[in-house]
Amino acid sequence: MKIARSELWSGRVFLVLMMAFTILPFISIFMTALHPSGTVPNGLEWPAHPQWGNFVEAFKQAQMPKLLLSSIFIVIAVVPVSLIISTMAGFGIGLLRITGAPVLLLLFVFGLTLPFPGIIIPIYFLERTLHIYNTRLAIVLPLIALYMPFAVFWMRAHFVNMPGEISDAARVDGASTWDLFWQIHVPLARAPIASLGILMCVWTWNQFLLPLVLVEDPSQRTMAGGLGAFQGHYATDIPLLCAGTILILVPTLVTFVLFQRQIIAALIQGSVKG
Amino acid sequence: MTSDNRPVFLTFSRRTPLKKWVRRETFAGWLFVLPALLMYAFFVLVPLLLTILYSFYRWNGVGPMKWVGFNNYLTVFEVPDLLGTIVNAFWLVMWFSIIPVGIGLVVASVIHRVATGRFGSVARTVLFLPQVIALVAAGIIWGWLLALPGVINQILKSIGLGAITRAWLGDFTFALPSVGVIGIWVLLGFCTVLLLTGMTKIDPALYESARIDGASWLQEFVGITVPLLRNEIGVCLTVTVINALAAFDIVYVATAGGPGNSTSVPGIQIYILAFTQRAIGLASALAVMLMILVVVVVIPIQRLSRESA
Repeated sequence: MKIARSELWSGRVFLVLMMAFTILPFISIFMTALHPSGTVPNGLEWPAHPQWGNFVEAFKQAQMPKLLLSSIFIVIAVVPVSLIISTMAGFGIGLLRITGAPVLLLLFVFGLTLPFPGIIIPIYFLERTLHIYNTRLAIVLPLIALYMPFAVFWMRAHFVNMPGEISDAARVDGASTWDLFWQIHVPLARAPIASLGILMCVWTWNQFLLPLVLVEDPSQRTMAGGLGAFQGHYATDIPLLCAGTILILVPTLVTFVLFQRQIIAALIQGSVKG
Repeated sequence: MTSDNRPVFLTFSRRTPLKKWVRRETFAGWLFVLPALLMYAFFVLVPLLLTILYSFYRWNGVGPMKWVGFNNYLTVFEVPDLLGTIVNAFWLVMWFSIIPVGIGLVVASVIHRVATGRFGSVARTVLFLPQVIALVAAGIIWGWLLALPGVINQILKSIGLGAITRAWLGDFTFALPSVGVIGIWVLLGFCTVLLLTGMTKIDPALYESARIDGASWLQEFVGITVPLLRNEIGVCLTVTVINALAAFDIVYVATAGGPGNSTSVPGIQIYILAFTQRAIGLASALAVMLMILVVVVVIPIQRLSRESA
């Protein structure tokens, strides 16, 4: 390789700078969160007496236990259902290749281009009519629907590449379509299903506009929705706001560190196949 | 003779059962697709049609609806604050899409050239971090960073640029670019990793021979990387452009559209019109225009990247 030393080092310095740009905000809110509540510190300044109690305080003020339970409930209601129905649809479109499969695929893919603020208004009125406005169901049902374009597309991409011999062999043994799906193809699709599931957990956790519009009580929202309300109340108490933000970030960051390969793969491949 | 007869024999004897089998398969297959399709239809496609319908009415959400034809659309064009959101949306496309893709290309090619090992994968992971956190959190974090006592002004002071410090998000001129920087921070990692994945698919022999000829980073970048990555660049632009046009969370938390309307984008304006001013028809007209805008911008990008690929 003919890369000059100077270039090697300038390239590395450039990358270090970019990483610093990415990391600096996290360091800044972490330091700020440790300052006495109610003060306005400098953006990057280690406090004389770190106030670790701010995290406890933010935990209480933001009604974190309620919010955590609410978020977990919403995740549990959304993710398994979304996984099952999108895997089934991906199987029908990608593997069984039913008549009309290309049209169905196009219909789902079209959903990928829809800006969500464009359809939020009728969702609000629909939910008022159905009397589910202001309940957790108001978040759960549209979220499942909103995940379908990406999820169906992702699962279909897996099933369309499965060799036909696997299905033929099962057919010869007299398996019904459901057996073929449940006993043979779902176990084989464990990896893409897992990646999709992790991604949907993170998305649900981070959902903001939907809870903001459809649920008035912040403690019935998802984490990010609750954080928005917290910001409204504590915009002036910067250390506490930073502490609350960190509390909400930690679960997603931990998830990312644990599952980074799946998350990155799903996000990148999910878009490239489009 | 036998070989001639066999296909005839096969088609003859199996025609009916095969067709029946296929038909049964299609029926069962549709049952598999149905749950997802119904959910999607009810909570996405029906609302889409209703948005279009609402856009032709004047309605406050509770009283009677009054048919006004295309008047709501005309209003969007006539009221500068509403049309301004579309203009701002295009600015955000530059900040949330074109710039992150541009920087992402540079970063990815630098990683590809000088940091193929451990260091490169650490850089990739670190840069990707902001992509997984809630956009609301990104807005709050940067709201603090860009505040008067925040770290950005602190850095500017320390390098002798104290004169230009300001409350960035409260400044009419700089609020939109400041929101843009938040977008860059969030999207840079996604663009970098996507483009880097594409680069690893380029034949290494191309780079090898370029380097034997002593090609500089720039020559490699312009001559090999960018032309061969057209497809990935197109994907990256498509995804980020949709994000930029649909932007809501970051803007709502960081500036809520202000100061004045300097950072007001369609997502924010739709929310305010519909849920605080109760102008459902007008909000819906803006929503329809936003959806058309996305399609109009995305289709040429897709065309361009596909054609050359």
